[in-house]
Amino acid sequence: MTIKNTTRRVALGAVAAAATVALTATTAISGGHGGVDMSGKTIEFVIPFSESGGSARWANFYAPLLSEALPGNPTVVVRYRPGAGSTAGANWFQEQDVNDGTLIFGTSGSTQFPYLLGDPRVRYEYDDWQVVLASGVGGVSYLPPDMAAKMDGLDATGLQGDDFIWGSQGATRLDLVANLAWKMLGMTVDPVFGIEGRGDGRLMFERGEANIDYQTSPAYLRSVVPLVEQGLAVPMMTWGSLDDAGNIVRDPTFPDIPTFKEVCEATPACETSGDAWEAWKAFFIAGFPAQKMVFLPNGADADVVATFSKAFQDVHARDDFAELSAKTLGIYPQMTEDAAQKAKDLATGVPDSAKAFVVNWLQEDYGVSLN
Amino acid sequence: MEIFATALPALGEALVLIFQPQQIMYLVLGVLLGLSVGVFPGLGGIAGLSLVLPFIFGMDPVSGLALMVGLIAVVPTSDTFASVLLGIPGSTASQATVLDGFPLSKKGEAARALSAAFISSLFGGLLGAIVLTFFLLIARPLILAFGLPEMLMITVLGLSMVAILAGRIPLKGVAAAGLGLLFGTIGESDASGSLRMASYDIPYLVDGLKLVIVGLGIFAVPEIVALLRQDRAISKSGGLGSGWLKGIADWFANLWLSIRSAIIGVIVGVIPGLGGSVVDWITYGFTVQSAKDKSQFGKGDIRGVIGPESSNNAKEGGGLVPTLIFGIPGSGSMAVFLGGIALLGYDPGPHMVRHNLDITYTIVWSLALANVIGAGLCILLSGQIARLTTIRFTLVAPFLFTIIAFAAFQSSQTLADLAALLAIGVIGIMLRRFEWSRPAFLIGFVLSSQAESFANQAVQIATVRFKRDFWNGMEYIGSPIVIAILLLTILSVYIGIKQGKQILGNSTPPVGDKRAPFLFLLAVTGYTAVAIWDSAQISVLRDKIFPITVGLVTLVSCGVLIMRMMTAPASDPVFADLEAGDEDGAAPHGLWGTLAWFGFLLGLASLVGFIIALTIFFIAFLRMRAGVSWMQTGILTTAAVGLMCFLGGVLGRDFPPGLLQEYVDLPWPLT
Repeated sequence: MTIKNTTRRVALGAVAAAATVALTATTAISGGHGGVDMSGKTIEFVIPFSESGGSARWANFYAPLLSEALPGNPTVVVRYRPGAGSTAGANWFQEQDVNDGTLIFGTSGSTQFPYLLGDPRVRYEYDDWQVVLASGVGGVSYLPPDMAAKMDGLDATGLQGDDFIWGSQGATRLDLVANLAWKMLGMTVDPVFGIEGRGDGRLMFERGEANIDYQTSPAYLRSVVPLVEQGLAVPMMTWGSLDDAGNIVRDPTFPDIPTFKEVCEATPACETSGDAWEAWKAFFIAGFPAQKMVFLPNGADADVVATFSKAFQDVHARDDFAELSAKTLGIYPQMTEDAAQKAKDLATGVPDSAKAFVVNWLQEDYGVSLN
Repeated sequence: MEIFATALPALGEALVLIFQPQQIMYLVLGVLLGLSVGVFPGLGGIAGLSLVLPFIFGMDPVSGLALMVGLIAVVPTSDTFASVLLGIPGSTASQATVLDGFPLSKKGEAARALSAAFISSLFGGLLGAIVLTFFLLIARPLILAFGLPEMLMITVLGLSMVAILAGRIPLKGVAAAGLGLLFGTIGESDASGSLRMASYDIPYLVDGLKLVIVGLGIFAVPEIVALLRQDRAISKSGGLGSGWLKGIADWFANLWLSIRSAIIGVIVGVIPGLGGSVVDWITYGFTVQSAKDKSQFGKGDIRGVIGPESSNNAKEGGGLVPTLIFGIPGSGSMAVFLGGIALLGYDPGPHMVRHNLDITYTIVWSLALANVIGAGLCILLSGQIARLTTIRFTLVAPFLFTIIAFAAFQSSQTLADLAALLAIGVIGIMLRRFEWSRPAFLIGFVLSSQAESFANQAVQIATVRFKRDFWNGMEYIGSPIVIAILLLTILSVYIGIKQGKQILGNSTPPVGDKRAPFLFLLAVTGYTAVAIWDSAQISVLRDKIFPITVGLVTLVSCGVLIMRMMTAPASDPVFADLEAGDEDGAAPHGLWGTLAWFGFLLGLASLVGFIIALTIFFIAFLRMRAGVSWMQTGILTTAAVGLMCFLGGVLGRDFPPGLLQEYVDLPWPLT
């Protein structure tokens, strides 16, 4: 199987190389905007999730804008390939050799995490793919008012004596960032595993069955802020945001809410160095500041990659982009080119020690074996 | 009164907003799209919405909402066509409709069944819209009262319907439901991701079996094969008995039943997390339990159509309540709908209900109008479409094979979907042949994952509560709502056990050889034992406790059945075997030979891809099995291939590729 595919890839690589020469020649002759003309083509924007998730919302947000920004205004259609928590679609994309830009692939934190953890289902390799867009998302953890009152400023030591319950999608999913953060603060949090989406977790919080929760920014703005206004919830901390140099800073969407890093520094039980911190940071970066990325296959030539990077930049440069994206995506960096590459490197290259720490912790605390 | 003061002006404003030529036009467009998509089994609201979503961005909000709501509202109406006429559950909402709707078609009363179903849908849809209007403003505390223990109890109430649908031998029903529950646990567990009866080497199983495929395999495949063996029309008399006016009269005569069923539909729809798939079974169960004369249920009782159909449209109105109040989708199509609303610039949630009540109410009006237009159109068409049941079935069957293969292929878009369909189809054929309750199996399958999740989660929370103090825990698991549903469940099981046998009548089933029924029982027992053993290997307790518990109950039922088979004479009903009966046994064509045609289509598809295989299959089938002229063969084959290409093209779907496509690049649709 592998051998056959490799041969195929080599053979197609040769074809692609020839095509590249031809394409470059065409571009050179047409000489226009330095982009590959896509007119009349249909670009498939494949996401490894179902029609109902956040990734679908994100892909459908970008598809029409991308269509306008690409030279020749090709049709961009979103295709769904759900299965096995996104690894099925990613495994499929790994096998694709469509190098003329008519296939792009959108991943999410749920695709990154099993890859980082060495999940046996993962047959894909991020190093093979070329990133053209990285979209950030933030997250906010919040508490019921009576629990929030036990915090001493930023110091979370007062929460250590309580039993917390929250609804979680699974130990190996995006939620591990929250589980690890709370654990590092010395809190006892029992995740109730098996909910289908973060919205269900919020509902458990509203029903009083859960007494801690977190939501990604768009959901927090939409559904938790009204709870905060009614005095039913109090924000505890954000996971923060990543600046261009790769440091964790306050989330620009929530400048008044402290980051986990600040809370951790103020809490004696928590340390912002060492294995746990490094592991948390690595998984936070994979899960949030570069949560959703758009990739071209390995063989796509540099000109096609440049065309897509340019198109995404043009989308971001639109006068109405800030307004449009604030509603769907929140106020987060939409990174292209070097920034995207940096985000991808941070998101997909965890130190072995961090990985080993998480694998061991998942096994010890939740009995989840990844072997 | 305050509610009326808030609601009525907004309702009036919404009415003005929606009654504009352009908005009404979009609503009608949505209705037409919804009807066209809903007619195909396996395609529903999600597929339809995906079609229109690219155009929503930038539309004026009222038109966009009218388009989407019009589409969603009529899917549970139009899927009735497949359920009643062909015995294929059109979507999860019409599974129970098959039980009595299809026998009515066989009796030649398809038009009557259809019009009764549509008028019930219309009524349920309107009731749902009315409830939505006022409930929207006060439902929040009520919905928050439904925690995990309450939802678990409703799921158990759904499972208790097995009692009345178990068939002649209650233990067989229990074993069938247990088998369904076990099939529902296949794959990665929801809680911690342990694998059950699956392996990473077979990625398809890791994801679990899809409801569409199980529904088609259990109900559609056995019925199509059984009918095909007869080589006649679906309607036994070959004609249409009573017309569509009769159906409307039937509905009016059962108005009270329709009201009750619609109310059940709204209530179950309102509770987020339950999903719509239980509602038709619960209403069907209640319909049977509350009827005086039960002898005709399962054989073509019109009440068995009116009950579920009144509830499944009402459920859509109910389902919009949590969707709009909490921004939490109750189903896949609701999730896409939420995305669509966001594209229009609105965020569903408390904010929208409070500040954009007029826009919110245009959703209510669209829902009501769409039901009237959609059901009205369907009623007018039902007399004509019902003629399908008078066509020689051998000419209809290849189209059905094509459509269910296409529907199955939608779930993961791999050939494994087709293999799974065939495998589940064989199980369905066996369940039918040996009179194991297929509804019981499907109820088990449908409720498996939520029964496990709710039970696990409720236990986890209760444990922490009990750790705090005993009464804190009791308060959690013993709420008045839990106790009330528990009493209902006990009542339901009691009535079910007492009267369930009557559903299939008291006539003696055909019995033949002891060997075949016994072998099938042994196979079920064997699978159960292996599933228990497999689950026992899992290290995480919360991932294995449910399959092991369910497995043990199933195993005990099987054990008792084995003992009964060992001691009973061959004439005992436990040995029911339809192959020994008049209808199946005397059929002009064999069971396996007929199924082999379907297997041929799927096998060929794995070699040369779906479209080429379809062409070859049609020509071969029509010439060799149906024996029609080359001329007719050509027309029908072109029609089938054209239909598939049209559907695939419009929905943007590829077809299953075969081995050939690995080596040769072919243009669409041959890819």
